[in-house]
Amino acid sequence: MTDAATDTILAVQHLTMRFGGLVAVDDVSFNAKRGAITALIGPNGAGKTTVFNCITGFYKPTVGMLKLMHADGSVYLLERLFDFRINKFARVARTFQNIRLFQGMTALENLMVAQHNPLMRASGMTVLGLFGYSGFASAEQAAKDKARYWLDRIGLLERADDPAGSLPYGAQRRLEVARAMCADPVLLCLDEPAAGLNARESAELNELLLFIRTQHAVSILLIEHDMSVVMEISDHIVVLDYGVKIADGAPQAVRDDPKVVGAYLGVADEEIETAEAEAGL
Amino acid sequence: MSVLSTPSSKARFDLVSALKRALLAALVAFGLFSLMIGVRTHTGSNGALFLEGRPGLLAIMVGIVFVSTLARELILGERQIELRSLVPPALTAPLQILPKLAAPALLVFALIVPIIFYQNRYMLDLGIMILTYVMLGWGLNIVVGLAGLLDLGYVAFYAVGAYSYALLAEHFGFSFWICLPLAGILASFWGIILGFPVLRLRGDYLAIVTMAFGEIIRLVLLNFQTLTHGPDGISGIPRPSFFGLPFNNEPGGFAHTFGLHYSFTHRIVFLYYLILVLALVTNFVTIRLRRLPIGRAWEALREDEIACRSLGINTTNTKLTAFAMGAMFAGFAGSFFATRQGFISPESFTFTESAMVLAIVVLGGMGSQIGVAVAAAVMLGGFELFREFATFRMLVFGLAMVLIMIWRPRGLVATRTPSVFLRSPKEVDAEDVRRARAKSWSWRRARHD
Amino acid sequence: MEYFLQQLINGVTLGAIYGLIAIGYTMVYGIIGMINFAHGDIFMIGAFIALITFLCLVAIGITAVPLALFLVLLVAMALTALYGWTVERVAYRPLRQSFRLAPLISAIGMSIALENFAQVVQGARVKPLPPLITGGFTLTHKGGFTVQLSNVQIMVVVTTVVLMGVFSWLVARTRLGRDMRACEQDLKMASLLGVDVNRTISYTFIIGAALAAVAGIMHLLYYGVIDFYIGFVAGVKAFTAAVLGGIGSLPGAMLGGLLIGLIETFWSAYFSIEYKDVAAFSILVIVLIFLPTGILGRPEVEKV
Repeated sequence: MTDAATDTILAVQHLTMRFGGLVAVDDVSFNAKRGAITALIGPNGAGKTTVFNCITGFYKPTVGMLKLMHADGSVYLLERLFDFRINKFARVARTFQNIRLFQGMTALENLMVAQHNPLMRASGMTVLGLFGYSGFASAEQAAKDKARYWLDRIGLLERADDPAGSLPYGAQRRLEVARAMCADPVLLCLDEPAAGLNARESAELNELLLFIRTQHAVSILLIEHDMSVVMEISDHIVVLDYGVKIADGAPQAVRDDPKVVGAYLGVADEEIETAEAEAGL
Repeated sequence: MSVLSTPSSKARFDLVSALKRALLAALVAFGLFSLMIGVRTHTGSNGALFLEGRPGLLAIMVGIVFVSTLARELILGERQIELRSLVPPALTAPLQILPKLAAPALLVFALIVPIIFYQNRYMLDLGIMILTYVMLGWGLNIVVGLAGLLDLGYVAFYAVGAYSYALLAEHFGFSFWICLPLAGILASFWGIILGFPVLRLRGDYLAIVTMAFGEIIRLVLLNFQTLTHGPDGISGIPRPSFFGLPFNNEPGGFAHTFGLHYSFTHRIVFLYYLILVLALVTNFVTIRLRRLPIGRAWEALREDEIACRSLGINTTNTKLTAFAMGAMFAGFAGSFFATRQGFISPESFTFTESAMVLAIVVLGGMGSQIGVAVAAAVMLGGFELFREFATFRMLVFGLAMVLIMIWRPRGLVATRTPSVFLRSPKEVDAEDVRRARAKSWSWRRARHD
Repeated sequence: MEYFLQQLINGVTLGAIYGLIAIGYTMVYGIIGMINFAHGDIFMIGAFIALITFLCLVAIGITAVPLALFLVLLVAMALTALYGWTVERVAYRPLRQSFRLAPLISAIGMSIALENFAQVVQGARVKPLPPLITGGFTLTHKGGFTVQLSNVQIMVVVTTVVLMGVFSWLVARTRLGRDMRACEQDLKMASLLGVDVNRTISYTFIIGAALAAVAGIMHLLYYGVIDFYIGFVAGVKAFTAAVLGGIGSLPGAMLGGLLIGLIETFWSAYFSIEYKDVAAFSILVIVLIFLPTGILGRPEVEKV
């Protein structure tokens, strides 16, 4: 193992995803650094969410390798794990573009559900819990404390016992992030966390994400449309367009990349060439 | 003048449009009923059909549709979409606090029913029947209400329980007390066998498959003559004993042992308390499970399966446990049914039974224990009241299911008590959540959808 | 061999009936993603209306079979379509925004209501009808076994093929068909692009019910007897057919109907007639487990 390898939490290698004849993601490779915020950006239909769904086990990639490396050196091949196992074993947690909270359950319950697996073990796969095993009570108290910590962190402690569906939109976004954090992930994947947020909410979210990265040493991979969010908090940016990676690097470098500008503003290829010529490339 | 004329012209306009709508409804009703109600087919003595015109009945039915549509239009007007407002809050509010007050009251009442109605065999039998359905409702509530899996073949597990006991008793002479747990285990075993392959399916596919499974079990019971005696059923199923003491007039019987005068009612009362205990066990276990991680996972599954998977919850196993648990309680109830009746046949396990239990759960409010109990009592009580109108009551029953879905899709008791809380458990009305969400979300969604 | 041929003919006839019902399931599922549980009972109502219309026609003196059949077809299709429209309007439309189990439960309620409605207004006894179309062809006559192709069977298959043709044209070529296909792709988007979604859904139910009415007439002519309970079993089998063929796919519904008809007939002929329904239901379970998208269905990509 080289230093570079241990420094990397997620290595995406030659990821290709086809739906019938449509190639949604075409041979994309990139690395996400441990303890960093990596952003995946690109115009609509660039294949960002598909990459995400491959990483989080909702799609099985057609071709490619997704290597997740824990700090203790254990390696998980995500394309071979599927479904709930990605979260349970590889400890990758995610949020969704169209917030998927358990609407009818309270904020606290949402965070408790996220701690399902450890609680299940503590309740002796339900059997011990059913007969009032004391070890379960303490495990549940610990889970509640953890939930309380995150609720406090996202400013929702007061509304812990309110149904998630009745919370304001911005609060729901934060709650979904907190829920993912309660699953104790090593890699947190956020699908457009700032979508639909106003400037203040967006700033709060940035703060939360930076807090998660620095205080909890959790690596973050996020999809984002909002360039201000991306530029402000990302350490590393990967740009996709039509399923192909067109740029990969530090925020400043990516922002100045004419190909990225072209993809976002929709300029023709010749214009890119002119732009490149003007930029002295 | 113009100020005054505005409301009256508006009223006139309302009347005209209401009349128009009512006429249209009457026209549709005429089309629907013209042949089905207006003409009755009878079988003649030679086996051929002959017709009988019923214009009067047809006119009455169309008239009813006209008048009721007109009344609805005039009373509700534009508000007709919100059917919920039809019932004043004064009426629904008590319904919401019902759980807290009614549960202990109902329990006490259930306990003293045999004392009040000791002389009334009919009421005791009705009580036993209601409690059987309460138990089935609570069992199915785990599957439908908590886990959100629409199971239309629930009666299959009831049948498995009943036949398990009947056959084990017939062939091996096992007693009720040995068979009761065995029936539950066998039923949940069947639940797992069926559930394992089909629980990956989407919600509505699951409904159809479980319904097909219910029919398969019934048809096998009907046709596997050598084992089940087919349509003749199994009779002479042993009655339960009071922990070994039979209910008879013999020296070793229940009455003699306790120095009582022998009475047939002893057994009935015993059966009553037996099903009460079984139902309460179901209730207790369900309440317990709801507060455990598995119960929370069930509810989370009902809310959003994809989110569950993203949180590392093994959805297949979680569904399977709900399915097996529900099946187990149906199995217990089935073996109770067998021992109470002393006779079972496939006729008792038709799709209608599944629909009944489902309706109890839906009507009561999915996930609400007290709601299910009340719904079972109301529905079976209503069924008994209209005993003479056997086919009418099923017609009304079907229509009621539709109306309840429109009026209160989450059932009569739509509140839910959180399974865990930091400060105090607040009752949550599912409909309110939905509405609040629809209101505050519309503009945000438009932005990124 | 002769026995086999005869069963093949019977199976195809039965399959045509199932296929026509299955189209109703598949169309509704394709557009609003819901199992119209009451569709089997709509089929039953169609058969009743056909029977009563025929008796009425005889009563007023129209006895020429082709004319009578034509009128029965018209009346039954129109009135059954009205039932389909009403069911959607009353029981499903108010629930379109409701939580996901609500329309399904409402549909079950509607199914029970329709079944008992027929029983209340027309009685529980079976309704026989003397054979209207008699005769047929003897295809072969070998080894003491005759292979018959009756005129009813010819009519059933021909009508089905014609209706399928008309229906395919409707979906592929007309404005309504285009709206239906648009709604199937994306209900919300279709409405944004000016498709009247409510109207399109109403038409879907109307067409589905009209086809079910035709199936009801065929059932009546082929078996010569109906009762209020035929909707339930036929409904489940037709649904199986729709799933087997690939739900949402129209040729799939027809193919599935054909397969279910054949499987049922051959099972009855070679194994046991008592278990023919068990066979059909088991196929549903097996198909859903091993081939959830059916034979001609598109694989469903989960939207996350």
